[in-house]
Amino acid sequence: MKSNILAATKLTALCILLLMVVYPIMVWGIAQLSPNHGKGKVIETNGKIYYSNIGQSFTDNKYFLSRPSAVDYNAAGSGGSNKAPSNKEYLQMVNARIDTFLLHNPEVKKSEIPVDLVTASGSGLDPHISVQAASVQVKRIAKIRGLQESNIQQLIHVYTEQPLWGLFGPNRINVLRLNIALDNLK
Amino acid sequence: MNTEVLGIIAMFGVTFLLAIPLGKYIAKVYGGERTILDPLFNPIERGFYKLSGINPKSEMTWQEHLYALLTINLLWFLVSMLILTNMGWLPLNPDGNPSQSADLAFNTTISFLVNCNLQHYSGETGISYLGQLWLMFLQFVTAGIGMAAAAIVFKAFREKTTTQLGNFYDFFLKSCTRILLPTSLIIAVILVFEGMPMTFEGKDTMINLQGDTVQVSRGPVAAFVPIKHVGTNGGGFFGANGAHPLENPTYLTNMVEMFGQFIIPMAMIFAFGYFIRRRKFSWMIFGVMTIGFWLLALPNIIMEMNGNPVIEKIGIDNALGAMEGKEVRIGAAASGFWSIVTTVISTGSINSMHDSSMPLSIMNELIAMMVNAFYGGVGVGILNIFIFIILAVFISGLMVGRTPEFMGKKIEAREMKIAMIIALAHPFLILVGTAIAAAFPSVGSSAISNPGYHGFSQMLYEYTSSAANNGSGLEGLGDNTIFWNISTGIVLLLGRFLPIIGPVAIAGLLAQKKFIPEGAGTLKVDNATFGVMIFAVIAIVAALSFFPALALGPIAEYFSLF
Repeated sequence: MKSNILAATKLTALCILLLMVVYPIMVWGIAQLSPNHGKGKVIETNGKIYYSNIGQSFTDNKYFLSRPSAVDYNAAGSGGSNKAPSNKEYLQMVNARIDTFLLHNPEVKKSEIPVDLVTASGSGLDPHISVQAASVQVKRIAKIRGLQESNIQQLIHVYTEQPLWGLFGPNRINVLRLNIALDNLK
Repeated sequence: MNTEVLGIIAMFGVTFLLAIPLGKYIAKVYGGERTILDPLFNPIERGFYKLSGINPKSEMTWQEHLYALLTINLLWFLVSMLILTNMGWLPLNPDGNPSQSADLAFNTTISFLVNCNLQHYSGETGISYLGQLWLMFLQFVTAGIGMAAAAIVFKAFREKTTTQLGNFYDFFLKSCTRILLPTSLIIAVILVFEGMPMTFEGKDTMINLQGDTVQVSRGPVAAFVPIKHVGTNGGGFFGANGAHPLENPTYLTNMVEMFGQFIIPMAMIFAFGYFIRRRKFSWMIFGVMTIGFWLLALPNIIMEMNGNPVIEKIGIDNALGAMEGKEVRIGAAASGFWSIVTTVISTGSINSMHDSSMPLSIMNELIAMMVNAFYGGVGVGILNIFIFIILAVFISGLMVGRTPEFMGKKIEAREMKIAMIIALAHPFLILVGTAIAAAFPSVGSSAISNPGYHGFSQMLYEYTSSAANNGSGLEGLGDNTIFWNISTGIVLLLGRFLPIIGPVAIAGLLAQKKFIPEGAGTLKVDNATFGVMIFAVIAIVAALSFFPALALGPIAEYFSLF
C-alpha cells in the first residue's frame, strides 16, 4: 500500500508534466500557425472585427434575421432552450414566432417558413441559417432597402456554403457574412 | 444521395476501416511488442519508471492491480478537490471565475474521475483555465485507467494458467503515451486549423453589426476537445458542449470529433482478438455490438430528420427536421446519429440538446446507456460486454446440461455471483436513484423543467447517465443542488468502480484455474449462435428491468404527441 502511494504520487506528477503542460503547449504552438493564431476565426470589415463562428443577433428588419436563441446571442455563455417537443408553453412560443414573422413578411405563406427560423439552436450562438430561411426574407429586405429582389437572390446564391467537399453535410448560410455583403451592396 | 446521410455513412465507414489496424497496434502495445512509436516513447517511459521507482516488468495479481488502481484514483480525487475549490485565486484565471462550492467540486471531481463528465456547472463561468487543464488531465488518465483494466482482462485470457497479469502502471502509462496522446495530437491539429480557439486569453468584447456589445468566451479549447472525445469523456469546454460553434465549428470538425470518440472503443474489440489470438471471437462481439448500435441509431436518424409531429401540424416547412436544440451546420441527421454514438459509448458529449430530442429518440438514448455495451467506453466497453458474455455462457451451459466453460476455464458459482451483482447493480442504481428523486419532490423532482412525462424522463436520464458514466443530460434539469450533486456523485462512483472491479476479479479468478483443452462438447463462443445468445441476454436484462420506467417517461410522452 505504502509503495503504491509513493509510486502513484511520483507517476502522477510526471503525467501532469506531460499531459497538462507539454501537450497543451504543443497544441498552442501549432495554433500559432493557424488563422488568427488560435484566437478564433475573425472577419475584418470596415475597420471592425467580428468572430465569424459566433452567431449574432439580427432583429432589425433590414437584415436577414438569425435563428431564435436561448441566450440572446450573448457568447459569454451558451445553451439551448431544453424545451421538450411536447411542452405546451414551448409550442405556444413557436406559434408566436410564426405569427411575428408573418406580420413582418406579409408576402410569405405560412407553409414556406422553414423550421430553423422559429426554433432555437443548441448553442444559442448558431451562426448559420438554411438557404430557405434566407429566401423567405428576400421580399421584405428588398422593399425596405429599395433593392432588386434578383440582386438579393444572387447574394444568397453566392453566400450559400456547400456541403464539405460537395459530399457531406447540409447547405447553409453564414448570416453575418450575408448581412455584411448586404450592407456593402449598392 | 442526400449529403447528410452520406456524411453519416462516411463517419461510420472511416472509423470501421481504421479501427482494425489500430486494434492490432493496441494489442502490440499491451503485448510489449515492437511498434512504430518505440524510438520516441521508450526513453520517456523509462525515465518515468525510473523517477517513480516502478519496475514495469514486475507482474501483479488481480488484487494487486485493483489496489494500485484504487490508490491512484484516491490521490487524484484529493488533488482535484484542492484545485477546484481554490482555482478562483490560482493562476490562469483571466475571466476571474470563482472557485466551486464543496458539493459542486465533489460532483465535478467524481464525475471526471470516473470518466463520466456529468457537468453541473457551465464552462464559461464555472471554472478557470487551470481547472479546465486539470479536467483535461483527468480526461487522459481516467481513459488510461479504463484501458489498463481492459488490458488486465486481455492478459488473463492469453495465458493458460497464471496469477501474474502484467504490471498495472505499465498498462496505464502506455495507454496514455502511446494511444491517447498521439491520437489526440493528430486530431488537435485538424481542429486548430478549422478555427477552434487555442488561447490563454480571456473573454473578448465584440460590438456586433447591429451595434450591440457582447462578450465572447474563448480558451485553450483545441487541446481539451480531442481528448474529451478520444478518451470517451465528453465533458464540454463550453456549456453547450459540441453544439457550441467554437467547440465544433464546421461539419469537418463534427466528423473528426465523431471519429475521435468512436475509434478506440471499436479498436479495443479487435485488439482483444489479436491479443488472445482469437480474431473470430472479436468479429462475433463486433457483430453483436454493431447490430445493437444500428438498431438504436437508425430510428434516431429517421425520427430527428422527420421532425416534431406537433410542429408539422402547425403547417410550416418542416423539411429540415427537429431543429429545436440543433445547429444548422450539423443538421438533424448527423445530430441524431451523434445522439446514439455518444450514448452507446460512454462519451456523453452532445452536438444537439437531447432534452429537445423526439420522445422515442430519448428512449433509444436511454437504452443505449442502460445496455452500455454496444461498443461502450474506452476499455470499460469490453468489461461490460464481458459480464453479458459470462451470463450467456452460463445460460447456454444450463440449456445443454454441461458445466459452463469459457476459453477453456470453468465458470463456477463465485464468478457467477460477481457477474450477477454487476449486472444487477446497474438497474438498481438507476431505478432506485430515480425513485428517490421522484419520491421527495422538494429536493428531487422540483429540479425538472418540462412538465409531465418528459419531466420524469429528465430524472431517469440523469441517473442513467450517471450510472453508465456517460455524462450527457437532459440539461433543462436544474441539477446544481446539494441533493443532485451528492446523489449522482455516489451513483457515479459505484457505476464506475463496480464494473471495473467485477470483471477484473472474474478474469483473475478464471486465469488461476486449470486450462481445459477444447473438446467435441465445448461450447463454441466465436460463432453466430453464441452471438444471438449474448444479444438475447442483453435484451432480456435491459427490457425486463427498464421497460416500466421507459413506459412512464419517453413512451408515454410519445403517445401524448398525437
